[in-house]
Amino acid sequence: MNKELWKGNELIAEAAIRAGCRAYFGYPITPQNEIPEYMSWRMPEAGGVFVQAESEIAAINMVYGASAMGVRAMTSSSSPGISLKQEGISYLVGAELPAVIVNMMRGGPGLGSIQPSQSDYFQATRSPGHGDGHMIVLAPCRLQEAADLMADAFDLADQYRMPVMILADGMIGQMMEAVTWSERPAKPMPPKDWAATGREGPGKTHFITSLRLGASDNELFNNRLQQRYRLIEREEPRHEAVDCEGADILLCAFGTTARIALSAARKLREEGIKAGLFRPITLWPFPEVALRALASQPSVRAVLTVEMSAGQMVQDVRLALVGSRPTPFFGRTGGMIPEAGQIVEQVHLALKEAQA
Amino acid sequence: MRQIVMVPGRGMKDVPTHYCPGCHHGIVHRLIGEVLDELQALDTAVGICPVGCAVYAGNYIDCDFLEAAHGRAPAVATGVKRTHPDKLVFTYQGDGDLASIGAAEIMHAVMRGEKFTTIFINNAIYGMTGGQMAPTTLEGQKSTTSSQGRDKAMHGLPVRMAELLSTMDGMAYAERVCLADMSNYHKARKAIKKAFMLQMQGVGHTFVEVLSTCPTNWGMSPPDASLWVKNTMSQYYPLGVVKEREK
Repeated sequence: MNKELWKGNELIAEAAIRAGCRAYFGYPITPQNEIPEYMSWRMPEAGGVFVQAESEIAAINMVYGASAMGVRAMTSSSSPGISLKQEGISYLVGAELPAVIVNMMRGGPGLGSIQPSQSDYFQATRSPGHGDGHMIVLAPCRLQEAADLMADAFDLADQYRMPVMILADGMIGQMMEAVTWSERPAKPMPPKDWAATGREGPGKTHFITSLRLGASDNELFNNRLQQRYRLIEREEPRHEAVDCEGADILLCAFGTTARIALSAARKLREEGIKAGLFRPITLWPFPEVALRALASQPSVRAVLTVEMSAGQMVQDVRLALVGSRPTPFFGRTGGMIPEAGQIVEQVHLALKEAQA
Repeated sequence: MRQIVMVPGRGMKDVPTHYCPGCHHGIVHRLIGEVLDELQALDTAVGICPVGCAVYAGNYIDCDFLEAAHGRAPAVATGVKRTHPDKLVFTYQGDGDLASIGAAEIMHAVMRGEKFTTIFINNAIYGMTGGQMAPTTLEGQKSTTSSQGRDKAMHGLPVRMAELLSTMDGMAYAERVCLADMSNYHKARKAIKKAFMLQMQGVGHTFVEVLSTCPTNWGMSPPDASLWVKNTMSQYYPLGVVKEREK
């Protein structure tokens, strides 16, 4: 199969179309502008719908409309724009509508910077918007993986009738890498018999809504959602473990930071320190069982979490390990990127403290 | 002895509505249902209901419905109509929904000439939340957030949405109607039908503003509320065709 050189943002747009996405709604914001730009000509070519919305708020609500009609729909943005979409995402959760949302994170808070960041982890993995909801959150660290995860994202959204977020950063969006398009058979999906594409006879209408005015009805719905979330927590966690068997220390990082952490791990190996990389691919559900298993090896003296934030995923690491290992943290913020050398230093520090 | 005093209108589900006595929502619902039935569009119509008293419109009108976030119905309708141009798509929005929180969404839907129909219920007040001032509340009109009456110096004058939106090329047809008497009722029916028919011809955005009552929050009896629409509201919001352009 041929390798093709792609830029991250354009690749993600093309991968969405190949995954059957036929409606894209977006609003310009750096560093993800190549996604709407690519979609503006490519989507009509693929027989789909492209609308440049008047705002991120409008875009996510257009996604709601298209999704309610059974169409695979997506939007993309970057951190400040994703904040604006929170209302709409909560409504997607409440109306049980599938959708894919791409967040090419940049430094915050507020208008922040346009450089890569991972500081929207809490926003993505806790509860989007208001209410007790969840999105499945997928974090690619290579462009090949980004292409593959786009297809998975649409499948997961349809399978569980919920929004799925691709959580990447400006680095992933702007970099170029070689990619191979895999021809994979379409997975069987549940029928979208809930779509509001016309009533099935007098009195047999579809009503897509997130309103359940009776509190007990709403609790029943919430219970149903939570049951689905428990199923997802069992079935869908994904991670990559590199050199974790028998490691002295585990580096835990996702996305761009995982690439740098891997470089650090290799430098450490050259020094004779057995460093492994644990990379969550699903941020929600967090792969806590796998992390706990690897961290509980007798050889592991600490688990160092590295993020482009002030420390967000590290909370999930600490929840997973409940004090069984030291869990130090190293992060850069505001759009600054951790350097491999800095991570190596942090590992030395962590091992020293673990010994003490 | 059982006596049938009311049968559901054509295109309506056989369920009682939750609306207050004298409220015009039920009448507008019935007109929409009748017109959809007449156009044989009940099987293909998709309505978008607002946040507000009409949030349950989908339980009453016998066609498919989506419930949108507050003010976002025009964006939701854009997603529906663009992906399914063959459907008859309409939004049903109140004045707080359309003219306040959703002002951007309706402006841009009309600007783009989105080929769906807006049914805009203007009752000059927030109904569901208990009678607060709306962008459409008349000067001097009392509400729970303008207890001395709407003050022009503080809040400006109410907005005429049909006229404002008609300045844009994307608006193909806009008419303001009311339901205060039978003659106006028939005009309202005709306007809704025309808006739906023009939509299916793909001419652009079509818009029907219905001056409606809120007896509960206005503190009026149903007959007085209807009279107030006819004699007071329609002075500020003139009835009739605001815009009609050829294809």
